Amino acid sequence: MEEIILKGVAAAPGIIFGYAFILDKQDFVIAPRTIMENEVPSEIARFLEAVIHAKDEIVDLKNKIDAQKRANETQIFDAHLMILEDRSLINDVEKRIRAEKLSAEYIFMEVIRDYLSKFANIDDEYLRERASDINDIGRRVLKNLVDEDRLHALDNVEEKLIIIGHDLSPSDTASMYNKNIIGFATDIGGKTSHTAIMAKSLGVPAVVGLKDATLRIRNQDYLIVDGERGMVVVNPKEETLSQYKSQQTKIQETRDRIQEIKDLPCETTDGKKIGLYANLELPEEMPAIISSGADGIGLYRTEFFYMNRMDLPSEDEQFEVYKNVVEQMKGGMVTIRTLDIGGDKFLSTLQIPIDMSPSLGWRGIQFCLRQPDIFKTQLRAILRASAFGNLRLMYPMISGVQELRQANALLEEAKLNLKEEGVAFDENMPVGVMIEIPAAALMADMLARETDFFSIGTNDLIQYTFAIDRVNEQTAQLYEPANPAILRLIRVTIEAAHKEGIKVSLCGEMSGELALAFILLGLEVDDLSMSSVSILQIKNMIRNVTYKKAKEVAHEAVSLATSEEVETITLNRLKTMAPDLFNAQH
Amino acid sequence: MALIEKEITIKSAQGLHARPAALFVQVATKFDSTVIIEKDGEQINGKSIMDILTLGAQQNTVVTLKVDGEDAEQAFTELEELLTKED
Repeated sequence: MEEIILKGVAAAPGIIFGYAFILDKQDFVIAPRTIMENEVPSEIARFLEAVIHAKDEIVDLKNKIDAQKRANETQIFDAHLMILEDRSLINDVEKRIRAEKLSAEYIFMEVIRDYLSKFANIDDEYLRERASDINDIGRRVLKNLVDEDRLHALDNVEEKLIIIGHDLSPSDTASMYNKNIIGFATDIGGKTSHTAIMAKSLGVPAVVGLKDATLRIRNQDYLIVDGERGMVVVNPKEETLSQYKSQQTKIQETRDRIQEIKDLPCETTDGKKIGLYANLELPEEMPAIISSGADGIGLYRTEFFYMNRMDLPSEDEQFEVYKNVVEQMKGGMVTIRTLDIGGDKFLSTLQIPIDMSPSLGWRGIQFCLRQPDIFKTQLRAILRASAFGNLRLMYPMISGVQELRQANALLEEAKLNLKEEGVAFDENMPVGVMIEIPAAALMADMLARETDFFSIGTNDLIQYTFAIDRVNEQTAQLYEPANPAILRLIRVTIEAAHKEGIKVSLCGEMSGELALAFILLGLEVDDLSMSSVSILQIKNMIRNVTYKKAKEVAHEAVSLATSEEVETITLNRLKTMAPDLFNAQH
Repeated sequence: MALIEKEITIKSAQGLHARPAALFVQVATKFDSTVIIEKDGEQINGKSIMDILTLGAQQNTVVTLKVDGEDAEQAFTELEELLTKED
C-alpha cells in the first residue's frame, strides 16, 4: 500500500501509531465486532430481519401518507424501498459477513459507506439526493440491528484506535474518555476547536483541518498521527515509521526530563511568580491534572454535565462532582465556569433552535438568564461545594455590567435560599467574569468594580474580534492569537483589573503556547490556565526567562502591525534568551 | 429463449443515473430473465438500483444490454425502449 501524507494543523502534541477508526458525520457509531464462524448464519439472518423490519416501517409510513393523499411525498419511500430490496446491496453485506466475520451492523455500515463514496465521485444532483436516502436507510436498518444506546457506543471500543472524523462534536468527544482512544484526526477545525481541546485533555495527539481525511483514510488503515507538526501519515513505509519511532522516544525523554521541575515554583529568574492552572473538561482528567503540578483549576468547563443525556443533571449530582474535584485539589483553587451552552456546544436535553451562526447565537450567560431554573440549580450546587475547599465561580460570555448584575441577583437569591435552609456554603466565594466578548474588554474598567476577578477567554475573544468562526475551515486561518489587536484587548483588560486591584487569569489555548505565554507574562497577567499537558513546558519557559525582558517584548509586540511580526520577534527574543527551550523541538 | 445482446446508446438527457434508473429497475424486476448492463468492460446487475447508479452512465454513453431467460424477448423490448427514449 502506498504511503500518503496528509497535512493539517497540529492541535495536540505527541506522536502516535495505530489503526484508524472512521467516525461518521452521522450520529451513529459502530465499532467492529468479531463473530465466530458458527455465528455467520445467525448474523446474516439478523441482518435480513432488520431489513424486512425497515421495509415494514417504510410501508407503514407510506400508507399513512397515501391516506392523506399526498402522493408526491410517497415517492421518497418508493426510492427507499427500492434500495432496501436491492440484491447487490444485500449480497454485498452477506458476502462480506461471511468473508470478514464481523458483525452485521459493522459490515452494513461499511457497504453503505462504499456506496456513498462512489456516489460522491459522480457529479449529479439526483445522486446527491440518493446519498441522503441511503443515509436515512442506513439509520433505519441500524436502529433495528443495534440498541439505540449502543449507537453512541464509543465507550465500547475495545482495541486501541485513532478516531478519524469530519469534525468531532462535544457530544462525540464527551463519550470518548476511553483509554483505547489514542489519537484524533479531523477534516475541519483549528487549534482551538473542540477536537483540539478534548485531545489535549485526554493527553493524546491530534491533527485537525486535514480537509479530506475521512475520504483519504479507510477504516483499519495504519496511521501515524504527528501532533507536533500537524501531519498524518497513512500506510507509512518502514523507514518513515522508524524515523517517527525515534522521534517519539525523544519527545518522551524531554517530557520525562521536565518532570523534575514539577514541584519547583513557577518563577522567572528575576523573581516574578505567576500561577499555573489547568483547564478541566471532565472529572476523569483529575489524576493527570494533579500529576502535572498545577496550582489548581483555572477553568472548569461544566457543559459536559449536560450532554449525551435525556434529563438535566440534578443539584445533588452536580454538587457531588464539584465537591469531589474541590477536595481532590486539596486547597488548590478551583474556578468553575457556569454553563456555557450554545455556540458549538448544544444540550442534548433541550430543544434549542439551531442558529444560522451558532457562535453568535443564544449562548453563555444569555442562555442561563433566560433559563433561571437550570442556572439556579447549578449555582446552588456550586455554592454547596464551596464549603469544601477553595472554590471560585465565573460567568461566561458576559457582554456588559447589566448581565453581570442580573446573574449576581440570581446568585444572591440562591444564597438566601440556602441560608434559609441552613445549608453550608462559603459566603465569600469569589465571583468573576470571563472576558471573551470585545465589548466586555472595552468595559473592563466598569466590570472590574463589580467583580472579584477576570478570566480572559481568548478562544472566543479572538473569534469575536476578527468576526470569524473558529470551527469554519474557511476562516480558521484568520484566527490569530498573536495579532496586536488581541494583545491590545488583553492589555486593556489587565490594566483595568489591576487598577481596581483584582487579578486576571487567561484560559485560552494561547496560554499553552511558548511564545504567546511569554508575551502574556510580559502583559502582566497573574495566572495562566491551560490543558494539563502544557503546564510543565510553560513552567520550564517561565523559569528560564526574566520578567523584565518579557515586559519589554510585550511592550514591543503591542506596537507592531501584524501577527507575523509579533511571532517572529517574540520567537527570536525567546530563542536568544533561552535557547534550551527549543532543543526539544525539531 | 436464448440470450439477447445489443449495443445501445443512452438517449435520456439525464443519462442512466437519474429517475430513469429507478424506472429501469422497476421494469427489469418484472421479468424472470437476468438483466446485465455492460459499460467499458464492467458488468452490472440491471435489477440493482445501486449498481446502476454507481455505473454513472451519461447521455450518449454506449452500453451493452444483455437479457437472458424465458421472457427475454419481451423484457429486452421494454428495456431498450426505456434506454433509447428521449425525454
